[in-house]
Amino acid sequence: MDRHRRRVGVALAGLVPLGFLGVFFAWPVASILARGLLVDGALDLGGFAEVFDSDRTWRIIGQTLAQSVAGTTLAVLLGVPGAYVLYRCRFPGRAVVRALVTVPFVLPTVVVGVAFRSLLVDGGALAFLDADGTFAAIVAALVFFNYAVVVRTVGAMWAHLDPRAEQAARALGASPARAFREVTLPALTPAIASAASLVFLFCATAFGTVLVLGGPAYGTVETEIWIQTTQFLDLRTAAVLSTVQLAVVTLSLTVSAWSRRRRETALRVQSDAETARPLRRADLPAVLVTAAVVLALLMAPLASLLAGSLRTPDGWGLHNFANLATNGQRSTAEPGLGVGLEVSVWQAALNSLRIAVDATLIAMVVGVLVCVLVTRRPHQPGARRALSVFDAVFMLPLGVSAVTVGFGFLITLDRPPLDLRSSVVLVPIAQAVVAVPLVIRTLLPVLRSIDERLREAAAVLGAGPARVFTAVDLPVLGRSLGLAVGFAFAVSLGEFGATSFLARPDRPTLPVVIFRLIGRPGADNLGMALAASVVLAAMTTLVIGLAERFRVHSAGAEV
Amino acid sequence: MFTTTIRTRRRPAARAAAALAAAALALTACSTIGDNEETSADSDSSAGTGGTPSGTVVLVTHDSFAVDKKLLADFEAESGLTVQTRAPGDAGTLVNQLVLTKESPLGDAVFGIDNSFASRALSADILQPYASPETPPPAAELAVDDSDRLTAVDYGDVCINIDRTWFAERDVPEPQTLEDLADPAYKDLLVVSNPATSSPGLAFLLATVDAFGTDGWLNYWAALRDNGVKVSDSWSDAYFVDFSGSQGKGPRPIVLSYASSPPFEADPEADEAPTRALLDTCFRQVEYAGVISGAENPEGAKVLIDFMLSTRFQETIPDQMYMYPVSERAELPTAWARFGPLADKPFEVSADEIDANREEWIKQWTDTVVG
Repeated sequence: MDRHRRRVGVALAGLVPLGFLGVFFAWPVASILARGLLVDGALDLGGFAEVFDSDRTWRIIGQTLAQSVAGTTLAVLLGVPGAYVLYRCRFPGRAVVRALVTVPFVLPTVVVGVAFRSLLVDGGALAFLDADGTFAAIVAALVFFNYAVVVRTVGAMWAHLDPRAEQAARALGASPARAFREVTLPALTPAIASAASLVFLFCATAFGTVLVLGGPAYGTVETEIWIQTTQFLDLRTAAVLSTVQLAVVTLSLTVSAWSRRRRETALRVQSDAETARPLRRADLPAVLVTAAVVLALLMAPLASLLAGSLRTPDGWGLHNFANLATNGQRSTAEPGLGVGLEVSVWQAALNSLRIAVDATLIAMVVGVLVCVLVTRRPHQPGARRALSVFDAVFMLPLGVSAVTVGFGFLITLDRPPLDLRSSVVLVPIAQAVVAVPLVIRTLLPVLRSIDERLREAAAVLGAGPARVFTAVDLPVLGRSLGLAVGFAFAVSLGEFGATSFLARPDRPTLPVVIFRLIGRPGADNLGMALAASVVLAAMTTLVIGLAERFRVHSAGAEV
Repeated sequence: MFTTTIRTRRRPAARAAAALAAAALALTACSTIGDNEETSADSDSSAGTGGTPSGTVVLVTHDSFAVDKKLLADFEAESGLTVQTRAPGDAGTLVNQLVLTKESPLGDAVFGIDNSFASRALSADILQPYASPETPPPAAELAVDDSDRLTAVDYGDVCINIDRTWFAERDVPEPQTLEDLADPAYKDLLVVSNPATSSPGLAFLLATVDAFGTDGWLNYWAALRDNGVKVSDSWSDAYFVDFSGSQGKGPRPIVLSYASSPPFEADPEADEAPTRALLDTCFRQVEYAGVISGAENPEGAKVLIDFMLSTRFQETIPDQMYMYPVSERAELPTAWARFGPLADKPFEVSADEIDANREEWIKQWTDTVVG
């Protein structure tokens, strides 16, 4: 009977996330691809020959891969020292810096594009770099957006790593470099692989960043899908390109899973209470790299944003922030120069928060279920393979265009019992689909590193299943849960692609309102857009800061 | 012993999983936004099958649509209709989504189909005829064809704007025509937006097609390219980052924008705006409304279209959507009347021709300008 109940539990745990992904991702995407690839019910692959025959297609694919590889490599190289400094060292203001590095991740690309490019154009502070519209500018922006992904994913793991292994290596005479290379790095590899695959997917599907910073010369698969679908309605070409996208994503996931599996061993992990220590002289290189990245790459555009939000036609002031309470109907101006927002920016901020709570809740439930299931280690190789595929499919939403998903929603969720096209629940659901992979990639490396024997030992000593979970898994997960919550929240706050298709005009999110404001001429509209972005940044910092404080307390924390 | 170990070690996971699964099932009850008013809407909307409109009317529109809240509330109170809007994206996205969802329409009425996508909407048969009794005389002149499926609601001109201060300070004569933009005197001064990703970008491409003909427009773009034209991705990018006449104070004094942009840069007290639209470079954009084929509430849609043509709605259009009302009875805001004149003879390309060539023209443009 026990076994039976167990099976039901596992089946349920698997079915809920699979059902979620199936209905809100796989089905819509498959339907829109079918519209492009099926002619009278028969598969028509003629589109492939046509699309691949064009030089432009290959150039686009090459461009996509080049920027993704460059962006990922740089983000990992710069992010790993960042993870060390921010999650393994203690210094005053650490919590603030941790939250600040996440801000770029949520900012709307259209605003960041303006902030970035204002620095790079002639007359800008960084004009001497001559980088406007170059490949370097795109890669810099990709790192700007994705630095936090590496820092947080790797940091979540690093914070738990028992420092004694490295200390032992040092005591046995290994140099710090060697101790890092041979002890710490192997332990971190799964987390780094996790982070790299996330960043790669984000880079490969970057849309606004590439368009704004690269200009028309830098078409990617993602931008091409957007143009073919929304402007030309050439679903055939779009379907071919989406298939290419899926292939690239699958390949990158396979590589990432392979590199993780090679290193997948149980580690000595601790609840993260006391792995952090004060900065030392030996930390200087890591601190310098991190300070340089944070100040030059992350803070410069943010500062330019902040400055812009405080600039008014008559000097400096809080005028733009005062305008946020209006519907764009400026009190001082003449009629005829309003903005025409359906709601004020503050109302939109409130919408964003409420939607983010829902999205985070959904993402955490689905994400944790997937994690619990995937960390099982069945004896049959077939079952193990099935689990690793199960893990990978939840990453797919990051690698598929929001346009494809958005248009897919329209033709699938259009009749009862799932007539959700006008429903407000669709927005948090769509955001959760994107947030789930981040939750999984944050929690999984930590959960996987728990030695199974700890759980067995607890059970043998008489702990019931619930007690085993709270005594073994939960303390180790501890702050990682907070990290995952913060991450999911950030994704939801910043999501624009799918949200812009689905949000109802009377309930826009903050990024949607910002996009609208910056689409209008006049100093006030730009000022309000920048001020609203500052509000979004402040909200993110606050929420992330709170989420990181959150930890699960447990009686049996001394593992 | 061995089997016991295996069994017990799996149990925590299974138990926790079951608990979480249960939580997931209960999730709908936890939503913070709720869904109360929306889901009931659809069941009401079929009420309009008879003569009198009632219930909910769903307006599908583009992401620049806006309406004065109070005015809309008044309309709802008078008509007995509840207006729900859906705005899935820009004008292109709007039309393409309507085509895609023809079998189960997204709503009852549509607003925001412009002349560059009008032909696709007509040929895809997503609209039903409606000749509104409210149609003001000039609106009829802007009709795409005589099938009454698209009713013009507003229009505007996409024009090159210049930063007058920049030219005055340097004592350089202001450019006037499209030809001037290719003149070496104005080298490296112009920024436009990409026609593949931006609707003013496409409008300007069409202006050059009309001005130089189908066999001459690419030569013109080659000349612009050689004269250092910069192509930004979006209007906001070009206007706020590259253009010197906006708050962004960028490096270039000539930008692609709208005839209605100068009022927004003007000091209401001043006699002249610091920027100016070059009225010999404009392409006219017209935005249409229509009743969607297969609408659940076609009568409601018709009443809504009548409302959009009424003077009280038309007068709010400049303020809300930055376009010019089609109705001559609607009074323009003073700043618009003073600083935002329209072109006398804008460039025009017929909707059919645009629809037949859009993709090809954008491809040719990309090959010529981007390489």
